[in-house]
Amino acid sequence: MTAGASPWLDIVSTAFLLVGALAALIGSFGVLRLGTFFQRVHAPTLGATLGTWCIVLATIARGSFARDQPSGRAALIAVFIALTAPITTIFLLRAAIFRERLRGPASGAASRAG
Amino acid sequence: MSSLLSWSLAFSLGCLSVAMAMALLRMLIGPRAQDRVLAFDCFYTNTMLLILALGVRYRSGSYFEAALLIALFGFVGSTAMSKFLLRGEVIE
Repeated sequence: MTAGASPWLDIVSTAFLLVGALAALIGSFGVLRLGTFFQRVHAPTLGATLGTWCIVLATIARGSFARDQPSGRAALIAVFIALTAPITTIFLLRAAIFRERLRGPASGAASRAG
Repeated sequence: MSSLLSWSLAFSLGCLSVAMAMALLRMLIGPRAQDRVLAFDCFYTNTMLLILALGVRYRSGSYFEAALLIALFGFVGSTAMSKFLLRGEVIE
């Protein structure tokens, strides 16, 4: 039962792959195009949540079909990204707020930042 | 592998490559250090997704371990760089 793949499996894998890749592309486009840092920090979460889960689900579907048994180990990656992406974002935002405060609201306070 | 799936795999690989290029461009032109760390965070996520899609294409299980390692070391690297930006040293 490896030659005659079900067409539904192909359709589902195709949909997951396309949605995931487009989400990652839109997220990276936001990183490139948005104006300030505090706007840009929102954009990669699109690829880290929707993109990762969709491509991981496509991997699980294709891998389970190829081995003729359910194999859900690729979900480890999605769970790991879901656990670690907020930690990285919180650390980075704290560092960015600290650096902006160090720079000062006016240009006169910039001498402290050295 | 059907033609529908191979076409969508090629399209997905192209999309993820363009996404990696966009993150790399932001890493090059980022005005401040936190922009570069954010671009690195986006870059390794896209790399991991690209390797997962390659694993679907070539039907090999080794790509899974590579993607897991990239996720692991990317998290460690970007957390260490954020900690360095916050404190000036990584381990205190």
